[in-house]
Amino acid sequence: MLDNWLFVGIFVLIGAVFPIAPILMGKFLGPNKPNPIKADTYECGMETVGESWIQFKVQYYIFALAFLIFDVEVVFLFPWAVAFDQLGIFAVVSGITFIIILVDALVYAWRKGALEWA
Amino acid sequence: MDFLTNPVDAIREWLLGLMANMPAPWPDVIVNLLGVVVVASFGLGLVIILVWVERKVAARFQDRFGPNRVGPYGLFQTVADILKLFTKEDTTPDNADKPVYNLAPILSLFSVLLIWAVIPFSKDWLGTDLNVGVLYIVAVGSLGALAVLMAGWSSNNKFALLGAFRTVAQLVSYEVPLVISILIPVLLARSMGVHAIVDAQDTFFGMFFFMAPIAAVIFFISSIAEVGRTPFDLLEAESEIVAGFHIEYSGAKFAMIFAGEFLHAFTIAVLTATLFFGGWRGPGAEAYPILGWVYFMAKSLGVYLIVSWIRSTLPRIRIDHMLSFNWKYLTPLALATLIVTALLTKILEGQAVWYQSLVMFLSNVVLFLIANEIVKWRESKKPGRQVVGQPRPVARPPAEPAAEAEA
Amino acid sequence: MDPIQIIFIVVALVVLAAAVMVVTTPNLVRAALWLVLALFGTAGAYVLLNAGFIAVAQVVIYIGAISILMIFAVMLTRRVMTDSGPQTHQTWWLPALLSAALFAGLVWMLSGWSGFEASMPAYSDANQVVELGVALVSPEGFLIPFEVASVLLSAALIGAIYVAWDRD
Repeated sequence: MLDNWLFVGIFVLIGAVFPIAPILMGKFLGPNKPNPIKADTYECGMETVGESWIQFKVQYYIFALAFLIFDVEVVFLFPWAVAFDQLGIFAVVSGITFIIILVDALVYAWRKGALEWA
Repeated sequence: MDFLTNPVDAIREWLLGLMANMPAPWPDVIVNLLGVVVVASFGLGLVIILVWVERKVAARFQDRFGPNRVGPYGLFQTVADILKLFTKEDTTPDNADKPVYNLAPILSLFSVLLIWAVIPFSKDWLGTDLNVGVLYIVAVGSLGALAVLMAGWSSNNKFALLGAFRTVAQLVSYEVPLVISILIPVLLARSMGVHAIVDAQDTFFGMFFFMAPIAAVIFFISSIAEVGRTPFDLLEAESEIVAGFHIEYSGAKFAMIFAGEFLHAFTIAVLTATLFFGGWRGPGAEAYPILGWVYFMAKSLGVYLIVSWIRSTLPRIRIDHMLSFNWKYLTPLALATLIVTALLTKILEGQAVWYQSLVMFLSNVVLFLIANEIVKWRESKKPGRQVVGQPRPVARPPAEPAAEAEA
Repeated sequence: MDPIQIIFIVVALVVLAAAVMVVTTPNLVRAALWLVLALFGTAGAYVLLNAGFIAVAQVVIYIGAISILMIFAVMLTRRVMTDSGPQTHQTWWLPALLSAALFAGLVWMLSGWSGFEASMPAYSDANQVVELGVALVSPEGFLIPFEVASVLLSAALIGAIYVAWDRD
């Protein structure tokens, strides 16, 4: 079985080389005349004022957190789905209970307004 | 074995025979290495053709020709573009975080290339048959979000950072229905390996598209949102946020991000065709693997054309509409479909395949209609915009002074 | 040496080097990225242990979700833009002594373990995930922890929303 992963391991090494090669080619083929105006931060032609930092809205964090919860839930459900043939109706119902408990959490988030972008 | 019917296996046997007297792990390693190079080059070579296909198709939808000057039918246009991009100067914005800035485009293309390791091109023509192939695809796809965050952060640019945050919020939100809807073919095939999922779709009506149409559509929509194509491309739109997280990239690095995005769009077409439409399955594909490859490419190109069609037709969706569509419609619908499919699969165990397909298809249709009714009911409860007809002021001439003087 | 042993040593060195860089980098976002590399190495170690599902689950959950969450949390604070000050504490010799003592104790304990010569049990990978699935939902297996896990996840989501979401 490890042979299967050998392919993936080699792919990881070679797959890192494939994007690096054109970038290196670009470094050698292109001109190299650095200039302070060229290296300036882009802001549609205007000069930048202040730091390059924006106020981070907590909304982004809530979306990432909800994604994490549902991701873990689905990773738990993958073995349940694969072993479906060996399970009786009781196991199917317990899997469905698992899903419904998390649907409750989604409904809570929905009703509290945490899923708005505001 | 015959070279014409199964060239890949014939070449593999010949290579293993050549290296029969090398010590133990090396023949395997070298054959795998060659396989990796072939698959990765195939993926990257496809990008060149795909950019041309995309431009021609989008042009035809817009009633114009598309590139037709560089080479016959404009076929060398992409080569010209690549040459231009590679000979551009490699500038780095000042105060940018250099290692992270250089690593982000590499990671972006890397995450898409790695998906091609587990896709079956035909019977026995595949990189590797991981028994956890589907979850591997999800894992590698989620690296793309990390690459976007790295690119936006290291560019030292407010717009890039804002674009990166919003892009990651979108990517991460749409991964939830994606993963839930991937669980349904896994459930129907009882295995996480992509090869096994294709194997389980042996008849025409056994295609998982007929057994789980809602899952196929949700997977398709979520993958389009994952790639960032219209109608979900708010984050790269020129008029909205001036190219988002890749503002500060130019030249070869931009080419890598760009190539990664195009390859990702084709990869989701390939995944939809493999998971829901049977991949390389078709009449005569078991006997002649080359036919299997032809069916595979035909199905993937068909789905890719639908993706281009949607791109040319629909307008852009606003970000709050996009996210509420995801969390309030797609995720509950996907979860409900999962519950219904699990129950029906257990209840209908052992019946004929067409019977199972029919019942599940009908159950999906019923679920979709119920979802529509719920959405309509919620919309009717909202205080909608009332078109209040007020009498509009009409210009009237002032009263006649002669008539007043008379009266 | 066995090729698998060589690969294991490489993976272990990657994890250790990345972990050292996580705690010594002054820049917080770079520390999060070194953590991503360390988690990749751990996934590689799982693959070497023939646990393919756990390796892929590690990448999906840790690198796909938790690292992004951590980078968001790091960017939520303004500290990330300012200089973090000196990296070493004044009395750094005391924790160093304690960790060296702990390390010596662990090495001494592990050197008496007989499990180093044991070979991996013969395991058919086709049934690996099936057995895991059956164990997760069977009442003699891990059914109660499975359901408790879902309650825990719901509690995490509800709690985080309650704490982080400010109603205006």
